[in-house]
Amino acid sequence: MSAAPETSALYIKHHLTNLTFGQFPAGHEHAGHWGFAHSVQDAAGFGFWSINVDSMLFSIGLGVLFLWLFRMAAKTATADAPGGWQNFVEWVVEFIDDSVRGSFSGKNALVAPLALTIFIWVFLMNFMDLLPVDWLPWLAGVLGVGHLKVVPSTDPNITFGLSLSVFVLVLYYSVKMKGVGGFVGELTLMPFQAKNKVVQTLFIPINFLLESVTLIAKPVSLSLRLFGNMYAGEMIFILIALMYGGSMALGAFGGLLQLGWAIFHILIITLQAFIFMTLTIVYLDMASQEHH
Amino acid sequence: MNFNATLIGQSITFLVFVWFCMKFVWPPIMAALEERKAKIVAGLAAADRGKHEQELAQKKAAETLHQVKQQAAEIIARAEKRAAEIVEAAKGDAVEEGNRLKAAAQAEIEQEVNRARESLRGQVVELATAGAGRILKRELDATANDELIKDLVARI
Repeated sequence: MSAAPETSALYIKHHLTNLTFGQFPAGHEHAGHWGFAHSVQDAAGFGFWSINVDSMLFSIGLGVLFLWLFRMAAKTATADAPGGWQNFVEWVVEFIDDSVRGSFSGKNALVAPLALTIFIWVFLMNFMDLLPVDWLPWLAGVLGVGHLKVVPSTDPNITFGLSLSVFVLVLYYSVKMKGVGGFVGELTLMPFQAKNKVVQTLFIPINFLLESVTLIAKPVSLSLRLFGNMYAGEMIFILIALMYGGSMALGAFGGLLQLGWAIFHILIITLQAFIFMTLTIVYLDMASQEHH
Repeated sequence: MNFNATLIGQSITFLVFVWFCMKFVWPPIMAALEERKAKIVAGLAAADRGKHEQELAQKKAAETLHQVKQQAAEIIARAEKRAAEIVEAAKGDAVEEGNRLKAAAQAEIEQEVNRARESLRGQVVELATAGAGRILKRELDATANDELIKDLVARI
C-alpha cells in the first residue's frame, strides 16, 4: 500500500470490488466458463445471473449467527430470573416489541419478528464495517481469494434484497387489508379529490402518478439510505487506511482518525439498523391501515 | 452498482430468516416474558392480599382483646357485686340469728323466772301454812282450810 496515486486508486477499487461468481460472456478469454471475476469489468460482464459470493456468505453467516444466538436464548427462556445472555435478548426483544407497539396499530404476528430480524441482522452486517478494512481481505488474499468485501450492507444487492422483500410484504398487506379495489383506489383517488365525477376522472392519472412515485420511493429510499451510509463509511475507513502507507506521523494521525471515525460509526450502524427497522414497521402499518 | 442474482439470494435468505425468527425465536421469548409478567402481577396481588389479611387479623386481634378485657371487667364487677351481696346476706343472717338467740334466751329466762316464781310460790304457801299454824297454835284441819290457803296463794 503506497500513497502513489494510481496504486491508491487500485487499493480503493480493490476494496470496493465484490467477489463475483458467474459465467464469462462471449468475447472474454474464458468465454462460456463459470468462474470468479478478476475485475469490475468481469463482474459487469457476467450480467444478472452471477452472484456476489462474499456478500452472500457474510450476510448468511451473520444471519445464522443472529438466529443461533437468539434461538439459544429462546430455547432456555423461562419466567424465572433470566441469565446474562437471556437478559440481553429479552431487553432487545422488549425494545423491538415497544417499537412495534408504538408504530404499528394493527395486529400482525409477522411484524415484530420481522423487525427483530431486520434490526439485528442489519446491525451485524453494518458492524462488519468496524473491523479494520484490511484484515479479512488480507486473510482472503493469503488463502488465494482475490477480492473480498466484508460489509454486506455496502453491496446494493443486499440492501435492495431487503427493501424489495419489505416492498413485496407492503404490497401483499395492502391488497390483503384493503382488497384490490381499495388498493387501486388508494393509488388513483388520492390525494386530489373532487365531487364532480368528470373532474375526479381527470384527476385519476395525476393521482396515480403521484402515488406510484410515493410507493416506489419507499423501497428505493429504504435501501439506498442504508447502502449510502455504509458505503460512505466504508470509503472513509479505506481512505484513512491509505494514510498508513505514508509517513510515520501520517500513519499515527490516521490511527487517531480511524479510532474517532469507528467510535462515531458505532452510532451510525446502530442508527441505520434502527431506521431501516422503524421505516419497515411504518410502511407495513400504512399498508395495513384502512383509509377513511 | 451491478445488480445480479445476489438480490434474489438475499431476498430468499431474508424471508427464510424472518420465517425462522417468527417460528422459533420470537414466540418462546415473548411467552417467557408474558409468563414472567403474569407471575409478577400474581406475586404483587398476593403480597397485597397478604398485607390486607394481616391488617384484618391485627384488627380482629385487637377487637378480641378489647372484648376479652370488657368481659373480664364485667366478671370482676359481677363477682364484686356478688361478694357484697353475700356479705350483706351474711350480715342479715347473723342479725336474724342473733335476734333469734336473744329471743330464745329471753324465753328461757322468762321460763326460769316463772319456774322460780312457781317454786317460790309453793315455798311461800308452805311457809305461810307453817307460819299460820304456829301463830294460831291450834290444830287446823288442813282440808278445811285448803280452800282459803289456795285463794291466798293465787293472790300472791
